[in-house]
Amino acid sequence: MATGTDRLAAPATLDDIRSCVHCGICLPACPTYRALGEEMDSPRGRIYLMRAVAEGRLDVTETYTHHLDLCLGCRACETACPAGVPFGSLLETARAEIERGGRRPLRRRLLEAFIFGVFPHPHRLAIVLGLLRRYRRWGLQALVRRSGLLRRIPPLAAMDALLHDIPRTDGAPPEFLAARGRALGRVALLTGCVQRHLFADVNHDTMRLLALAGWDVVAPREQGCCGALELHGGRLDAFRARARALAATLPSDVDWIVTNAAGCGSALRDYGHWVDEDATRRVAARSRDVTELLVEADLPLGSLPLTVTYHDPCHLAHGQRVRTAPRALLGRIPDLAVVPLADSDLCCGSAGVYNVLEPEMADRLLALKIARIVETGARTVVTGNPGCLMQIARGARARGLDLELVHPVTLLARAMRWEDR
Amino acid sequence: MALSASVVAGLQHLLGPAGVVLTREGRLTYESDMLTLYKGMPDAVVLPTSTEEVQAVVRICREARVPVVPRGSGTGLIGGATAPQGGVMVSMTRMTRILELDLANRCATVQPGLINLWLTNAVRDRGWFFAPDPSSQMVSSIGGNVATNAGGPHCLKYGITTNHVLGLEMVIGTGEVVSVGGKAADRPGYDLTGTMVGNEGTFGLVTAITVRLLHLPEAVKTALASFASLVEASEAVSAIIAAGIIPAALEMLDDAMIGAVNAAVGKVYPDGAGAVLLIELDGPRAEVEAQAERVAAICRERQALMVTVARDETERALLWKGRKEAAGAVGRITAAYLLQDAVVPRSKLPQIMREMVAISKRHRLLFANVFHAGDGNLHPLICYDDRKPGELERAQQANEELLHACIALGGSVSGEHGIGMDKAKNLPLQYAEADLNFMFRLRRVFDPDGLMNPAKLLPSHPACGEGFRPARPTLPAGTWV
Repeated sequence: MATGTDRLAAPATLDDIRSCVHCGICLPACPTYRALGEEMDSPRGRIYLMRAVAEGRLDVTETYTHHLDLCLGCRACETACPAGVPFGSLLETARAEIERGGRRPLRRRLLEAFIFGVFPHPHRLAIVLGLLRRYRRWGLQALVRRSGLLRRIPPLAAMDALLHDIPRTDGAPPEFLAARGRALGRVALLTGCVQRHLFADVNHDTMRLLALAGWDVVAPREQGCCGALELHGGRLDAFRARARALAATLPSDVDWIVTNAAGCGSALRDYGHWVDEDATRRVAARSRDVTELLVEADLPLGSLPLTVTYHDPCHLAHGQRVRTAPRALLGRIPDLAVVPLADSDLCCGSAGVYNVLEPEMADRLLALKIARIVETGARTVVTGNPGCLMQIARGARARGLDLELVHPVTLLARAMRWEDR
Repeated sequence: MALSASVVAGLQHLLGPAGVVLTREGRLTYESDMLTLYKGMPDAVVLPTSTEEVQAVVRICREARVPVVPRGSGTGLIGGATAPQGGVMVSMTRMTRILELDLANRCATVQPGLINLWLTNAVRDRGWFFAPDPSSQMVSSIGGNVATNAGGPHCLKYGITTNHVLGLEMVIGTGEVVSVGGKAADRPGYDLTGTMVGNEGTFGLVTAITVRLLHLPEAVKTALASFASLVEASEAVSAIIAAGIIPAALEMLDDAMIGAVNAAVGKVYPDGAGAVLLIELDGPRAEVEAQAERVAAICRERQALMVTVARDETERALLWKGRKEAAGAVGRITAAYLLQDAVVPRSKLPQIMREMVAISKRHRLLFANVFHAGDGNLHPLICYDDRKPGELERAQQANEELLHACIALGGSVSGEHGIGMDKAKNLPLQYAEADLNFMFRLRRVFDPDGLMNPAKLLPSHPACGEGFRPARPTLPAGTWV
């Protein structure tokens, strides 16, 4: 249940809604509008519907819910909006209201129950991933695929394809890594849920690079989930509980809290908005993407003769307004060619668990993204979010394309002349 | 008015379920264009993808006597893309293809839903651009630009939409597809292309547009001059034009708008100025350099507080981003506004600015100004709070007073936004009874049943049926329009 202030009709929220002057500059930035060309699947249309609900012209109907559920929450509209409408938080409030109303089809509710019962719980996620590993090793995957079950249940197919390469081990990063040379200060690493289990190497590389950049790095072992999925799903009370818990777990004396998963970083920066307390505000103010810290450092980078392109994760470019740091870092790697990607900041369809909940639209956006990537001629795609990494890799695999998907940190680690420091 | 089951079935059969919006939630989002003061929810929204589909939609509607309302990106400012009498709204957002690029003949043929800026984006690398640049160009459709004969900052030098349309394909109200104009420089017979541009959907629906493309100029220089008030800035505008210089664009923003824009895109314009002028010069490099010096000198003579020139493309782009997003940025200072589009002869700018200040004070309303000063085309955003009783009425009163003041100075009721629902009642200020009756008859040639975007553009009363009787006396002959 959401609390009383999580209503579209609450005065402060209604003021935010009313700051939309219906100019439409957001339309071309919106992935679902680009795909469908429909006003009610555009940011301006969705705000209009929220306003109708807030002002009592419209009830929370199944159709209304559908149009809001089809939103990726990518926040590209916020980047475009001259009036500064905080679309992301409006969407989250609207979804909290929908949660209370319970107007979703049963299939979606079951799927959500599974997702929210597993993903934000690192321990449960580890168990499920362990089962999946066995599912694959014992040949069950091939059996299920042949059975046609996946075709009948698209979300299952999406998950099956997403989790194509489950690494053998989780390999938690060390709890502490000391700065090389004189320390600039101390940072804490948010190890993430999906990141921790499926991209453990990114966490390792992040710590090594930060240490080399002059930071003492701590990665508290018992940190919980940041709550990003629950926030974006409108499960605001669950999110608030996670925010408070994480803020209490992370050391308060660090200079920065570093994230390497765009979705988590974006959620952290919203902590102060949703939980107006000292600890959560502090986390929000000190949250930085790993590239923002590394770009300030003088890393000894060696030659990496490779042609790559860069895809902007929505929750980095739009959610955190970080666009130049990753590109600048890639630009510093000798012999690395970065080919610009058209529509680089248009969502790839991953959007947290969107590709599981709305597989059809996610696939349309993925097809668009893959087409743009193919135009660049690059065989390596760099992007700093686990969801995007898995989604684009899945799209490439399905089309028989030989594309490598890497986190910027991975590429930097590969180019690094570690012995020079 | 609900649609009959046979009309709905016909539309669905034609376009498939994904091409017809019938839900109340969906239709609700189509009830307004950017000017949300006017609302009119369609009974259905259809999303065709071809001329043939548009034609079939019009035929179905004509047979059932159902109004047809076209809609592009819904960025109009006149209540044009609304359905006050219900009916079928035809959204062009799935007709966005460039049908032909013919650079050898300096033209392109596009579908109406194509976003204005996307055409320039498609040809800029090859050294070309599409000149009409309404401030909404990053979202507004070329079909919508044609329907309203849109202007824009650079129309001062390059001309408005109609000067760049070479030919049109259109489904008119009879259900016929007609093609007018074309790539050839001159066509025998009537200039029907010119007649159709600006018809606001009252003749029918444009389904393909052949437009002129221009070469990018060799050099562009963009300057920003700040002034203590709108009056000094207006005097500088008159002086620049009087000196025989035609800038590519000459735009003005007042202090209220400067504040909103700076909040939206970062500090691009100087705080504390009463007004800024955005002056762009383009053409051969030597000419641009010489003109830039003269313009700077003129601004200083007119008490400019500061004159700066953008040093590179990034600075220039930022200056323009502020201007182009101004109407949206105003959401930071008000939730509702009326937007005037009246025109005065350029020489009367200082005078109308003084009157505007007086009107604003008299009605205790904030006017935020952003406009095409070089054209004398005013765009005050008259801010009001729709939650305060009586404030909308005060804003409307102020709006009318300003419009009459412009007309009294020899101006026009609309510069570029069009007429739609917003200004139909004002047309008699500018046109004689015979003029309006002739326009009405012309409309009926294209739309004999009165189903094409009804209740827009021409002042009419539902009871009238035939012809038009103006309510007010007309202007004296020779009035500047």
